[in-house]
Amino acid sequence: MTRTKKVLRYVLLAAGALVFLFPFYYMIVGSLQTEPDPTIAGAFPDPGNITGDNYVNINERVNLIQGLANSGIFAGGVILGTIVFGVIAGYALSVLKWRGRGSTLVLVLLVQVVPFQLLMIPLYVMIARDYGLSDTYLGMILPFLINSTAVLIFRQYFLQLPNDLFDAARIDGAGEFRILWSVALPLVRPALLTAVLLTFIGPWNEFLWPFLITKEAALQPLAVSLANFISNVAASTSNPFGAMMAGAVVLAGPAVALFIIFQRYFVSSDLGSGVKG
Amino acid sequence: MTAVQARQSGTAQQTEQAPPSRRRGRWLGEHPLGLLLAAPYLLFIALIFAYPIVFSVWMSFQDYFFAAPGAVVDRPFVGFDNYIAIIQDPAVWRSFFNVGIFMLINVPLTVALSLLLAMALDKVVHARTFFRVSYYVPYVTASVAVVAVWLFLFSSNGLVNQILGPLAPEPSWLVNSYLAMPTIALFVTWKGLGFYILLYLAALQNVGKELYEAASVDGAGAVRKFFSVTVPGVRPATVLVFLLATITGANLFTEPYLLTGGGGPNGASTSPVLLMYQKGIEQGNPDVASALGVILIIFVLIIAWLQYRFIGGEER
Repeated sequence: MTRTKKVLRYVLLAAGALVFLFPFYYMIVGSLQTEPDPTIAGAFPDPGNITGDNYVNINERVNLIQGLANSGIFAGGVILGTIVFGVIAGYALSVLKWRGRGSTLVLVLLVQVVPFQLLMIPLYVMIARDYGLSDTYLGMILPFLINSTAVLIFRQYFLQLPNDLFDAARIDGAGEFRILWSVALPLVRPALLTAVLLTFIGPWNEFLWPFLITKEAALQPLAVSLANFISNVAASTSNPFGAMMAGAVVLAGPAVALFIIFQRYFVSSDLGSGVKG
Repeated sequence: MTAVQARQSGTAQQTEQAPPSRRRGRWLGEHPLGLLLAAPYLLFIALIFAYPIVFSVWMSFQDYFFAAPGAVVDRPFVGFDNYIAIIQDPAVWRSFFNVGIFMLINVPLTVALSLLLAMALDKVVHARTFFRVSYYVPYVTASVAVVAVWLFLFSSNGLVNQILGPLAPEPSWLVNSYLAMPTIALFVTWKGLGFYILLYLAALQNVGKELYEAASVDGAGAVRKFFSVTVPGVRPATVLVFLLATITGANLFTEPYLLTGGGGPNGASTSPVLLMYQKGIEQGNPDVASALGVILIIFVLIIAWLQYRFIGGEER
């Protein structure tokens, strides 16, 4: 490998990183500007133009703490449902042999292909109109309760465990629940973290469904209240872009931080297994 | 042999106690418990996917409207009326055309850029983690949050136009009927690229090193190796990109809703799902919106099936 080739490779990768990271940097800079400065000079923080007012302004229009709490409850409910029901489904689809296993697996794959958004009308009629679950956390969580990708990740990890392990445990007289809890689960702990991370971004970033189902501001996840601010009220504030970006920093912060801290659990092989089944 | 013996001894033990349960046990497979463990998931699928699909189809053949919970109202069967309304609506055709534009920009750009960056990333040693993480940061961030920055960047006197100077388009990106949809496609490509880089990175690991060596021995240059070894080697991933891009296009809602203020200018960036929302929820015609949804689901499933056949034929 020649030296120029190596340098070129790094230049390419660095240019890529710049394109991906710059908007985030710009988001933070913009959220701290007293006056929005769209000029090229405005991309660099100017000590004379720095303020925390945008965060105060957006917090007056959108209750940030409440929004974060609602997003947390929404995501937490989905994660809990996915862990509890997804792990046992993944176990059933990998270790246990039962009639209908093959068709269930096809179903899991098929569900990934049907865009959820296209079911919004019947789901809205069912959940909001028939069950009266609009403006409730349950109504928000229900359509996302079990993440199918997570089920596939669990299945993939359980499949990698040697069969002898389960046979040995069965000979020792352990029941299937006991085997799942004491043998299988401790061995797939990394998969749990990967699945939790992947499941987390779904509801945390989801906009359309909670937007349909919550009309009451006190129940809206932050993504919804920020979107409402962007599309309706932003124009009536003195520095709309600054306030928007302050809200964006608060919404993006937790997800970005989690994925940086736990980056080693979010690698290509897991994704591959999840997508390819 | 041992299996037969085991079954025989099992039969001998159980015959006297409970023959029905044994028969059921065998009918349900070796571990009937599996069905029980999968039951919550199956129930979830039935409730959240299967039933809504059936309900949606049923609704699309009805003059369906919202009514107070519990109220008994007459909702007559109207045959294909809702579908006819959909087909005759130019806005629907426009939205499908827009998804076409979206895919025309999104797919080639995604395949080319993510493969290029994945190949570069595959070979470097230093700062690998930094690059990998920085590429997928947009993917894990909420669309709503990044939309805020893009609105600022692409506003008429925003940074992008400032850099372009006299080359800045007039009217500006998101309010220009020719550029609104391409800008949305660019946004979605940028946001999802990190995911596809990871996908290609995994696919590249599966391309045998010996293939490259064999190609070198045969005198192939870098370009030839790329087209004859790398491209066929990562083909399953490429096919997956096509499928996921179709699904993303069919799902597009947040971006046109927020970036172009609801599919503007003049419907130049409407997406089918945005139209479903406007027709179904805003205008109170869930029947027409359902018909649109059914058409889209059929569309996506046909494409997915074609892809499945495509990959299946490749691997067997």
